[in-house]
Amino acid sequence: MENDIRIYVEEAPGQRRELEAPTDMGLSLMELLKANDYPIQATCGGMALCATCHVEVLAGPALPKPQDAELDMLETLPHVYEGSRLSCQIRLEPRTDGLVVRIAG
Amino acid sequence: MPNVISTDICIVGAGPVGLFAVFEAGLLKLRCHVVDALPQPGGQLTEIYPKKPIYDIPGFPEVLAGDLVDNLMKQIEPFHPTFTLGERVEEFAKLDDGSFRLLTTDGTEVQCKAVAIAGGLGSFEPRKPAVENLERFEGGKGVHYMVRDPEHFRDKKIVIAGGGDSALDWTNFLANVASEVTLVHRGTTFRGAADSAEKVKNLHEAGKIKLVLSSNVTHLHGNGHLQEVTITGNDGVAETVPLDAFVPLFGLTPKLGPIGEWGLGLENDAVQVDTVDYSTSTPGVFAIGDINTYPGKLKLILCGFHEAALMCQGAFKYIYPDKKYTLKYTTVNGVPTL
Repeated sequence: MENDIRIYVEEAPGQRRELEAPTDMGLSLMELLKANDYPIQATCGGMALCATCHVEVLAGPALPKPQDAELDMLETLPHVYEGSRLSCQIRLEPRTDGLVVRIAG
Repeated sequence: MPNVISTDICIVGAGPVGLFAVFEAGLLKLRCHVVDALPQPGGQLTEIYPKKPIYDIPGFPEVLAGDLVDNLMKQIEPFHPTFTLGERVEEFAKLDDGSFRLLTTDGTEVQCKAVAIAGGLGSFEPRKPAVENLERFEGGKGVHYMVRDPEHFRDKKIVIAGGGDSALDWTNFLANVASEVTLVHRGTTFRGAADSAEKVKNLHEAGKIKLVLSSNVTHLHGNGHLQEVTITGNDGVAETVPLDAFVPLFGLTPKLGPIGEWGLGLENDAVQVDTVDYSTSTPGVFAIGDINTYPGKLKLILCGFHEAALMCQGAFKYIYPDKKYTLKYTTVNGVPTL
């Protein structure tokens, strides 16, 4: 599709899988990862309340800054990374084209 | 004396779907006992998002998750369900006569004629930090993932790790119980409740607790029982601290848990069911709500309600194979009581 973007998931160091994603369905990165059978529980359904969709952003375009609810939840995790995000809070839009993430678990 | 409960259907999981199953079972005059690992009914709705509005419950343009649970509890009241809360079903056995015996972590035994698993994503278990040797000191050897009884820590030296509300709250509480409390947090700020964070700061300034920021507990040491932990700063500087107990408090995360060991057909940590009556591969055992999977599965509360109604038909047939049941509408017959 013309409006599709590409998201890359680093499954092992140096090994990236390309996912095509539509931008006209209001999808979050969490929903895309779940649809592609990545081991993400997303218990709370996308409300930044459970941190079971934790990813590390490795490269790609600048994303909108996380909101308070997301930062609060990331704070409760034992380990976070420089690029830690909750994938349910990342909207798939034309400007997220080329994002590279890793499932942080 | 061990606690033994006898019932028609044992429902494993007190979330909205498990609770509504009590109602549907009640219409068929089947009694229910509900077991949940959490200390209160409601599952994720009360544990994770009680104040969030839900918009896709038929007939409710908007309802708070906590209110939906309150309403379900009220709706099932006429059927006098019994509950075992704060205990996880650990063991499962099917007996020769086709009935079942379940045993919880605290030794409660449930004897029942059918089992309905409504366990959502499993039981909520403490999130464990990635520290080497952590498992070696579990089970009373110094690592505690929750504070069950604060008195256990009286006059002990403890190290708490975490930056969320529970880490802050227990640091404040245990400051007056334990002989020495150290709070280790990987960040420099606390985003939890402002007054709890303020209290921790005040206790630290008054010398009542130790506060170690920008650091993680990285190693545990001890021969048999935990004796020391290594706390490593983000700058790489490490110090070793003697202690009696390490209490990592990083919130809860759902795990399928023992249900995965019950010999049921599974797919991706979900229980496979037949959509005729949501029966599993073991006759007499049913699975409803988020825990099951079938072609076209949608994890919605309203789908779980539907599954609960059909499950009860299947459970009734399993319990009373010779009785012919005809569907009765509540509009015609009202709600019977048990």
